[in-house]
Amino acid sequence: MSELMLTFYVFIIATFLGFELISKVPPTLHTPLMSGSNAISGVTILGALVVAGYGEGWTSLTGILGFFAVVFATINVFGGYVVTDRMLQMFKRKKQD
Amino acid sequence: MDIKSYFTPDVIGAVYLIAVILFVVGLKQLSHPRTARNGNLLSSLGMLIGIVATLFDKDILRYDVIVAGILLGAVIGTWMAKTVQMTGMPQMVALLNGFGGLASYIVGTSEYFSRQTQLPGDLFNYATVILSIIIGMITFSGSVIAALKLQEVIDGKPILFFGQKTLNALLGIGAFVLSVLIILNIQNGELANAEKMFVGLGVLAFVLGITLVIPIGGADMPVVVSLLNSYSGIAVAMTGFVLSNSALIVVGTLVGASGIILTMIMTKAMNRSLLNVLFGGFGATVSGGGGIAPTGTIKSASPEEAGMILDTAESVIIVPGYGMAVSQAQHVVKKLTEYLQKKGKTVSFAIHPVAGRMPGHMNVLLAEAGVSYDILYDMDQINDQFSNTDVVIIIGANDVVNPAAKTNPQSPIYGMPVLNVEEARTVFMLKRSMNPGFAGIDNELFYKNNTLMVFGDAKKTVEGFLASLEELDK
Repeated sequence: MSELMLTFYVFIIATFLGFELISKVPPTLHTPLMSGSNAISGVTILGALVVAGYGEGWTSLTGILGFFAVVFATINVFGGYVVTDRMLQMFKRKKQD
Repeated sequence: MDIKSYFTPDVIGAVYLIAVILFVVGLKQLSHPRTARNGNLLSSLGMLIGIVATLFDKDILRYDVIVAGILLGAVIGTWMAKTVQMTGMPQMVALLNGFGGLASYIVGTSEYFSRQTQLPGDLFNYATVILSIIIGMITFSGSVIAALKLQEVIDGKPILFFGQKTLNALLGIGAFVLSVLIILNIQNGELANAEKMFVGLGVLAFVLGITLVIPIGGADMPVVVSLLNSYSGIAVAMTGFVLSNSALIVVGTLVGASGIILTMIMTKAMNRSLLNVLFGGFGATVSGGGGIAPTGTIKSASPEEAGMILDTAESVIIVPGYGMAVSQAQHVVKKLTEYLQKKGKTVSFAIHPVAGRMPGHMNVLLAEAGVSYDILYDMDQINDQFSNTDVVIIIGANDVVNPAAKTNPQSPIYGMPVLNVEEARTVFMLKRSMNPGFAGIDNELFYKNNTLMVFGDAKKTVEGFLASLEELDK
């Protein structure tokens, strides 16, 4: 089996896993689910790091592009996780004042 | 020996696998409010591990750009997350999503320019790069437009113009043709041409993102935001194909699946197809709804009178909608809930899947106010309970409680599952004025015998209920 075929296997299995996992999330948590999965989609940052670290630095187009890719991906990651945590800590069962 | 020499592709792959496991377990823990916060922490730990492992990649030769980018992004992201109001959460999610899309676009672009030298490149790789930049850019511009609409910087109403669908179709075809041309040019070694086209493709995708979202109305934004969320996941999966990185494929697919599931839940709850939401321009024209306009008299009550009825009720169901978010009434609603509970009445909340501007929007607002999540019920859980309920208080919801969806086949919302509020003994409809709801449809509920309209700002009205109840208890 070629590497490409293998990645397709991964893709299809992951699709089933995703549907299985997500359909168990109750409607109450749908907003945190969105912001949390949104933070996860910030894994683009891994690609951004490689681009920014190519070694050509500030004076090159790749360097500048890489910088912005890292900035935007990091906003996505930090913003997503922090805001999800902020929401989830509010979900409480017992009344407390 | 250089520390990086320990980080062979297999070692990095193994570390990525740990990160993926943390993401999966994190998502799994999101299935219960008790474990959800921990799940989010695990997920962020997975991200941290992934980032650290990548920093040891042999392709990374310098760190100044990376450190500067992470610091700036972390400060902006954390600041946004800490300062955003809970009512502004839909815009926030849309915007963050847009940034992720933009990052995908930039990574795809850089990937393209760095691969050009390895001619004659792999066709499949170029196709996935092209897909990832198109999806990334559409996610970016579409999300920004969605955020601006939700923030009401742009009119929330659908913006329609002549030839809109034709324009979108042309843009879509243009993007496809350009993609094919880029690949052909690369194969013929015409790199300069391909480069220009590649930039042009980004511009085209940018415009397409705007024209796709602009005709969609504010109340349909939950669907759009969910869909764009799934796009950003798909863009990540595409990047995974480009880099042959299974971790990115798995993670991108998980996010893509979550967005698609939420999108399906939303469209089902509106009894509309995804195509209708995306291209229908729903709510743009007030067509009179067709059929018979509801007739009858409207009865209104002051908050004081309503408070008296509330005093005699034993069971109360509160139906929140976007209006509660607009008037920031969630805190006073919580006070009312506590007061009623103290008096021995049962209070529950009925939450329609499309109440608010994003899935679960109402739940977050009520959680913010400190309402216990075990008295919040989904439509399916609570719809049978209305007939045994004394008072229903509808706060800023309209179309989701319109009985016409069940009774009037002429109505544009006919067939949409709605809350059976009219079965309760008394219904309080809190409303600013007699303006129709988002869909522009008259609501039969207003004319029912057991409906009392309570006009005014939702927050002030609920405060009025409380004052009236406290007065009676003196």
